Amino acid sequence: MKGLFIISGLGILAMLAEIFKFKKILYPLVLLGIIAAYGCNFMEWNNNMSVPMFGKMIHFDNVALAFSGVILATAFFWFILANDYFEHDHITDHFALVLFALVGALMLTSFSNMTTLFLGIEILSIPMYVLAASRKRDLASNEAGFKYLIMGSFASGFLLFGIALIYGATGTFDLMAIRSYISQANGSIPVFFYAGILMMLVAMCFKVSAAPFHFWAPDVYEGSPTVITALMSTIVKTAAFAAFMHLFLVVFGKAGESWSMVLAVIVALSLVVSNITAASQNSVKRMLAYSSISHAAFMLMAILANNRGFASVNAILYYSLAYSIGSISAFTVVYNVSKEDGNSNIEAFNGLGKRNPFVAGCMVIAMLSLAGIPVTAGFFAKYFIFTLMIGTGFKWLIILAILTSAVGVYYYFKVIIAMYFKPVREGQKMVLETSHVILLAITTLLTLALGIVPKYIIEIFG
Amino acid sequence: MLNGIPINYYIMLSAVLFIIGVVGVMARRNAIIIFMCIELMLNAVNLLLVAFSTLHQDASGQVFVFFVMAVAAAEVAVGLAILAMVYRNLKSIDIDLLSRLKN
Repeated sequence: MKGLFIISGLGILAMLAEIFKFKKILYPLVLLGIIAAYGCNFMEWNNNMSVPMFGKMIHFDNVALAFSGVILATAFFWFILANDYFEHDHITDHFALVLFALVGALMLTSFSNMTTLFLGIEILSIPMYVLAASRKRDLASNEAGFKYLIMGSFASGFLLFGIALIYGATGTFDLMAIRSYISQANGSIPVFFYAGILMMLVAMCFKVSAAPFHFWAPDVYEGSPTVITALMSTIVKTAAFAAFMHLFLVVFGKAGESWSMVLAVIVALSLVVSNITAASQNSVKRMLAYSSISHAAFMLMAILANNRGFASVNAILYYSLAYSIGSISAFTVVYNVSKEDGNSNIEAFNGLGKRNPFVAGCMVIAMLSLAGIPVTAGFFAKYFIFTLMIGTGFKWLIILAILTSAVGVYYYFKVIIAMYFKPVREGQKMVLETSHVILLAITTLLTLALGIVPKYIIEIFG
Repeated sequence: MLNGIPINYYIMLSAVLFIIGVVGVMARRNAIIIFMCIELMLNAVNLLLVAFSTLHQDASGQVFVFFVMAVAAAEVAVGLAILAMVYRNLKSIDIDLLSRLKN
């Protein structure tokens, strides 16, 4: 909980930096602040508050702290990746926007009331709309921001209508009260309560970009500046899944029969659509956008296995950690390659294995992890999801997921083949900043370490 | 029962307003009208929340309406800023022109 305050304070500090002229030291200050927030988060582990606070609005239990930890660690890596994004003008505004988005993400891990859910989603989304459109002269960035805004507020409308219907049935916004309402009132629940659950499901699927509500994601991911795309596909995704999980596993879990079939269809559609479309993409950024849809489908499968208690939470936590770290290292490479060439097409990667073997090696590990090849973290992430699904009525989804993952291997390997087996166009070496080299080394090692000893994360809640 | 009008009527009215908003977002091509349709969706929600709040004799629904209004204002502020930026580059607010990223 102290982490939430520290990040909020940092956001306000970033806005003051413009007035009081300490722009120069803002970047190290923010990095230190995030480390401090992570430290507080770590200290609160196992001696956190046992009851919701602030009028039952926010509840930092161990699950919330674990997801906050993933978000804060990813945020730290992201700030290292984005160090030269902040060298333009309006640096303080950008810092403030990212930090406030982070506040929203932390709220989404710990909400215990519909009000905080709604506010968390909006505090996360509104800065992201601005950041997506932050390259003012670039039409692609304008378009990305505009589409993100329209689709985001459209989804918020559905979310609110769902919240209103659930409030109408239960007379409360408190999540635990809604949960006990479902388990006590068997048979006498009005129809519009279930309509409310389904509308919230649609809205959350918009936010995590699962098919058929995914159509905005590839355009937004491609049009936004690359570092902002990295932010969207790591922190925003983790926060949205923490919220999705809290809502549908904990609160609506008892009403599972009303939404699990719909969710199964959404998962199946996401798996098929994303993997088949990704295989025909030429832009690596767009390919990663489609791959993020397929990863969303995998995480939704863990929510579908809603009778497994903490095993689902563990699997989602591990998956979001593995996916966030893999994405950060993939986007670091894409960012550096596209900075040279001006675009992120697959041809830009030709001969990267000769131009800079270290970067190419890190990209290989990231791609293998995202594809789910053994020894990397991504393999165990998928493996744990499959073991969860065995115990449910949706075994056909496992078969579909394995088949579509095989298609996934094809497009991830397209990048690897381009790096090692395509001729080099121009012979010059590629040089990276030292901070990016260190970042790549750390994320690659973490990907391997998580894959070799997965049990520290996967058995975190028993 | 609110002043003799059953709650179902309120739900129906809100649902109709909400659907008009949804259809408007999907069908209209002018960006300003799309924003207005999103506002219509949010106001349908506000009406529903206030009706339920009166039904349950519980003030928290009305407090929630304030949050919705504040957030809607923030969203429109950001939206109009982005739209002004788009207009500066394109000299138009027709969203059909904003589809260059498709291929």
